[in-house]
Amino acid sequence: MTIPNIVGAGLIVIGAGLGIGKIGGSAMDAIARQPEATSKIQTAMIIAAALIEGIGFAALFAA
Amino acid sequence: MRRKISLLALLFTLAIGSVAFAEPDNKDKQDTPEEVKSFIKHHLKDAHYLELFHGAKMPLPIIVWDDGIKFLMSSDFKKVEVKEIASADSTITFERLSATDSVAKDAKDYLYESMSSEYAIFHGKIIAAKHGDMQLKLRPNGKKKLTSHSALIDFSITKTVLMTMLICILLFFAFTGLSKSYSKGPIPSGFGRLLEPLVLFIRDDIAIPNIGKKHYKRYMSYLLTVFFFIWFVNLAGMTPLGINITGNIAITLSLALITYLITQFTANKNYWGHIFWMPGVPVPMKLVLLPIELLGTIIKPFSLMIRLYANITAGHVVLMSLIGLVFFASNLFAFGSFFGLTLFLGVIELLVAFLQAYIFTMLTALYFGAAVEEHHDEH
Repeated sequence: MTIPNIVGAGLIVIGAGLGIGKIGGSAMDAIARQPEATSKIQTAMIIAAALIEGIGFAALFAA
Repeated sequence: MRRKISLLALLFTLAIGSVAFAEPDNKDKQDTPEEVKSFIKHHLKDAHYLELFHGAKMPLPIIVWDDGIKFLMSSDFKKVEVKEIASADSTITFERLSATDSVAKDAKDYLYESMSSEYAIFHGKIIAAKHGDMQLKLRPNGKKKLTSHSALIDFSITKTVLMTMLICILLFFAFTGLSKSYSKGPIPSGFGRLLEPLVLFIRDDIAIPNIGKKHYKRYMSYLLTVFFFIWFVNLAGMTPLGINITGNIAITLSLALITYLITQFTANKNYWGHIFWMPGVPVPMKLVLLPIELLGTIIKPFSLMIRLYANITAGHVVLMSLIGLVFFASNLFAFGSFFGLTLFLGVIELLVAFLQAYIFTMLTALYFGAAVEEHHDEH
């Protein structure tokens, strides 16, 4: 592993972390506002998080 | 409660400190970091034997296609240490390493040779040649590539294949038991009681909301199979058997490929319409969207493949590294905290095992849903 690779991997992790954090935070807000829709919100949250994670992993493999 | 937490924090700090300042005392012993590294590497790879603990190796059959099918056992293959002899045109040949030879570490290599026939396993690939006939080429990037012989077509029952078969048998018996128990009454008995709520969960929370009431029945068998297969396989990876099935990209590739084929072959007119001639956008935009949508059909299963593979591989690497850290502990505090940390991450991995199976099934259902979606006017 060279230094550009490591820096790239770090950037990817920061980006994916920010993305998933934003999704999780918004889902928490939404659940607090509408507790009766918890299961629907969770499903949507997991799908979105999984998609970001997929992109993150693809980029990590490229790095 | 607070005292407990502060005590734990103290133990943890002590443990970290004791590792950081631990001095290596016996230098003539084997290199522990190297050992841990090679252990993790070997765990992630597939193998031709089943090793429960050090010394207890179970040989597995090796089946190759070499102008006719050949059956061998991995116990026929013995490790042969060789040294590399480099010539001027950057080709490398092998010579058997004798006990008196002392060569540099990077000029040493090893392969497994069959005593009874003309086969050798060179870094996981089966080749119809012994070490004396092999020629390698040194690439500019420093990697060595075998040039003289190509690998045979390998149908071996490796560790992964064997464990996949065992899990399929387990699933078969679990689910035939579940379906049989319905003939006795509406409530399943035994292991089926655990499975029934999960089957209903797949149907009510994954299949119906994503695919729709009209079409979901066609896809239920595949969704259930893929969910329970991935979940059981992930759980089996958490046992001390040392197997890593979904951390093998060939397995996740096959699963994603089946999803892809089912999506394409059951798709309706509306789905293809959205790919080739997106309705409701101007014509230049349609031409721009066509390649993007076509690429999208391939990227979707590709991301399924990478996600499962990377998650399980990452989980196994982290767990194994933590187990490896235990060997660096110089006192009981460090040992105890690393053990606790391993246990904690192991429990997290149990959650990940379920979550990854759920996500794979969920996204598969989502793609199926897109393939059978009926025409809407608002598009």
